[in-house]
Amino acid sequence: MNYKMIGRFLSQILMIESVFMLPALIISLCYGEMVAVNSFLLTLAIGLAFAGALYGICHRAGRIFGAREGLVCVGLSWIFMSLLGALPFVFSGAIPRYMDAFFETVSGFTTTGASILSDVESLPRGLLYWRSFTHWVGGMGVLVFLLAISSGSGKEGFTMHLLRAESPGPDVGKLVPKMRQTALILYVIYIVLTVINVIFLLLGGMPALDAVCTAFGTAGTGGFGVYNDSLTSCSPYIQNVTTVFMFLFGVNFSCYYLLLLKQFRAVFKDEELRLYFAIVIAAIVAIAINIYDLYGNLSDTIRHSAFQVSSIMTTTGYTTADYDKWPAFSKGILMMLMIVGACAGSTGGGIKVARVMLLFKSLKRSVGQILSPKKVQVVRNNDRPVSEGVLSNTNAYLAAYLLIVVISYLLISLDGQSIGTNLSAVLCCFNNIGPGMEAVGPTCNFGFMSDLSKLVLSVDMLAGRLEIFPILVLLSRRAWKRK
Amino acid sequence: MDIIIAGGGKVGMTMARQLAAAGHNLTIVDQNPQVVDEAVQRYDALGICGNCASREVLDRAAIAEAELVIAATNADEVNLLCCLTAHGMNPNVHTIARIRNPEYADQVMTMHDTFPLSLTVNPEKQAAMEIERLLKFPGFLRRDSFAKGRTQIVELRVDNQSKLAGVALMELSNIVKCRVLVCAVVRSGEAIAPSGTFVLKEGDRIFVTAPTDDLASLLKNLGIITRRVRSVLICGGGRVSYYLAKLLAKNKMTVTLLEKNAARCQELAELLPHANIINGDCSNHHTLEEQGLGDCDAVVTLTGLDETNMVISLYAESRGVPQIITKLSRPENAALADNMALGSLINPRELCSNTIVRYVRAMENQVGAAVSVHSIAEGHAEAVEFMVDDTTRNLGVPLKSMKLKPNVLLVSITHGAQTQIPNGDSYFEAGDTVVVVTSGGRVLNQINDIFA
Repeated sequence: MNYKMIGRFLSQILMIESVFMLPALIISLCYGEMVAVNSFLLTLAIGLAFAGALYGICHRAGRIFGAREGLVCVGLSWIFMSLLGALPFVFSGAIPRYMDAFFETVSGFTTTGASILSDVESLPRGLLYWRSFTHWVGGMGVLVFLLAISSGSGKEGFTMHLLRAESPGPDVGKLVPKMRQTALILYVIYIVLTVINVIFLLLGGMPALDAVCTAFGTAGTGGFGVYNDSLTSCSPYIQNVTTVFMFLFGVNFSCYYLLLLKQFRAVFKDEELRLYFAIVIAAIVAIAINIYDLYGNLSDTIRHSAFQVSSIMTTTGYTTADYDKWPAFSKGILMMLMIVGACAGSTGGGIKVARVMLLFKSLKRSVGQILSPKKVQVVRNNDRPVSEGVLSNTNAYLAAYLLIVVISYLLISLDGQSIGTNLSAVLCCFNNIGPGMEAVGPTCNFGFMSDLSKLVLSVDMLAGRLEIFPILVLLSRRAWKRK
Repeated sequence: MDIIIAGGGKVGMTMARQLAAAGHNLTIVDQNPQVVDEAVQRYDALGICGNCASREVLDRAAIAEAELVIAATNADEVNLLCCLTAHGMNPNVHTIARIRNPEYADQVMTMHDTFPLSLTVNPEKQAAMEIERLLKFPGFLRRDSFAKGRTQIVELRVDNQSKLAGVALMELSNIVKCRVLVCAVVRSGEAIAPSGTFVLKEGDRIFVTAPTDDLASLLKNLGIITRRVRSVLICGGGRVSYYLAKLLAKNKMTVTLLEKNAARCQELAELLPHANIINGDCSNHHTLEEQGLGDCDAVVTLTGLDETNMVISLYAESRGVPQIITKLSRPENAALADNMALGSLINPRELCSNTIVRYVRAMENQVGAAVSVHSIAEGHAEAVEFMVDDTTRNLGVPLKSMKLKPNVLLVSITHGAQTQIPNGDSYFEAGDTVVVVTSGGRVLNQINDIFA
């Protein structure tokens, strides 16, 4: 185990996070929120001191860096990031209890959007900005950001382990030969899409800071709103813009790169994208038919149905309507969408459309195997054979997914809430959505839960964002042993 | 530069390491998914699994944008077909193929015309030629020639009887009675760029720059007795041995070649009429003694196993063989061998990748590009030869007022037929050839890169 190299990465991550706090600090200064300014300054001092000390200890690290180090490094980075990111909330007194602030920050970085705050609008503007910004950084991943800006990574290929551990999807690869270039391309696409989103929101008459925060929540598929009722009271234009952009951020980013390369055919033929489209359209239509009686006119029905489907499927978690009051069939569909999640290689969470597709394909193969045992079959994706390694990883992922859902559900149940509340709380945290059903529904929050439940859900959120294994290995004794 | 490396074997991986470090965009193609995965994890490169000679795979490797294809799979035919296909898909691409089957060795030149090949490399033949050079000029562990053979960088080992042990570098000229410059010292596996006050110790290996004419006096004054090599014992009957035996026979040396495999012996006996081919196990001391290990002038260990080569060389050293050459295929083993008396070390794959890196640098920068690149001190340092032309900065400026980058040492200036080891008053002008030694991973592409 290369502890020093991990320590070096950690210190770099914390330094980057400290730099990321500066805009929030400036916003607080502009609005004259002295309490928030002081809390940011204090956090910066702590963060930089800790990162500096860690760097001092670890800057002479060995070069051996394997898959195990990659996983542990990513898992630890996200935990430390959240620990530091929670401090401004505590110091400013906006969220007095550290456990609550930690939950809120994990929810931010993992792009979940589950909140313990009931009155968001009363937060200082700087803190509100920081809260939404955690979504934006967490969406693409802060280690990917580190890879994009660090030049020293060019000589070794071990950074592949970091990309694989932080980026979602069953089969993560680079877009171009150089890691730094790959990370840069991803971030440029991400930034450009976010800026376009902000412009559209500004055109709809949204105040600048609100538009930026909302766009951050959309881009990272997070879901922290700037208003107490999420987007319910916003104009239909803003709701529709957000619907479209949530959908766009749920698409695999390599598709955008292919578009830039003018390979339209490859994008059009992409099986995952097609399935993603099909699921979204089918869910919108089914829910629209089911809730038509509630709204009575077609445009409102479609708008709310499309918004909720796009929001839940991409695991964003913005709401325009209290879907908890919708018929059971619609709620059932939303629950299914929660589990499926967005495309691999997007900023969204969930099992990922690509994995669901692979699972169904291998199920089909197994059925075929039973019917004609001697037939040799290969699972294909986009006309290329999928390796058995990827398939067995996908199966293992599903098993780990179910295991975590079951254990978390049991632990949450100790709080004594209803089955619907507990299950949806686990699912919406683990899949990084945010609001669930019943007591944790769109109009409610997670503030009432016990500390144990909040801790369990925080771990679930991290496990969901990092696709389980980086968090799971932290619990394994073998990961910490010296080789 | 966008480079496709076909084949992730020893040469392919060495290339990947060097070219990735130089900042090129690499795509590695191999048929074995494990090899591809390994390559991607070790080097910053894109991996593609498939047959490198197929259009579909080359298309996925973005051949249209590539500037160079290096075909180094284990089959010469596949390498040729790969270059041929690549050239068909992108006529501007440069192609390098590894052709190492001895049966093709003689037709390589005609292949250049028939097939669109920019360069062919043959690591084994190159290694054999290098060994031949060492045997023809014994006394040094290694010898690299620059400036059309006028400047040499030679490697010497400071052993317990050496006059050099305990000597500071600035007193060196008094002992060897000619102007030489120590440009790198390897001490217990670490390369050091020494200053004048650096004191040599027993076990050091030093890299000395000297004009070729001074080599004989260097040897004489160091008390290294050189004897013409007349009989050579070669252990192992691989491709390098074949090429070497052929070259040595031309030099009228007596060659005894030991090989374990009877069928291979038969083959070699047919191919090499002038060599004594012995079917026997060369790791067996009795067999070695039987073939006259104690009396021969040089032993060259060329079996497929580094371990075997090291052990035989140590045994030969203990029996007092004057010159020993050891082949080590894994460069990391060379660091271990530092404190052992293994004689000269030869690494075919390093020689081969030096050739390719030189070609890549020349492609990158046509003007002022390095004429030749030699990696010395186990790859920790590089000796680079440049031509000085009108575009070179600091023409005619004495060295003492020139500002060079750290870790860069100007070791020789050749003006016409005159080679000098530079001092503070030396300067260079257009038309000169200079040799520069650089360490610490710095890459010099053109001569102006040496100035700070």
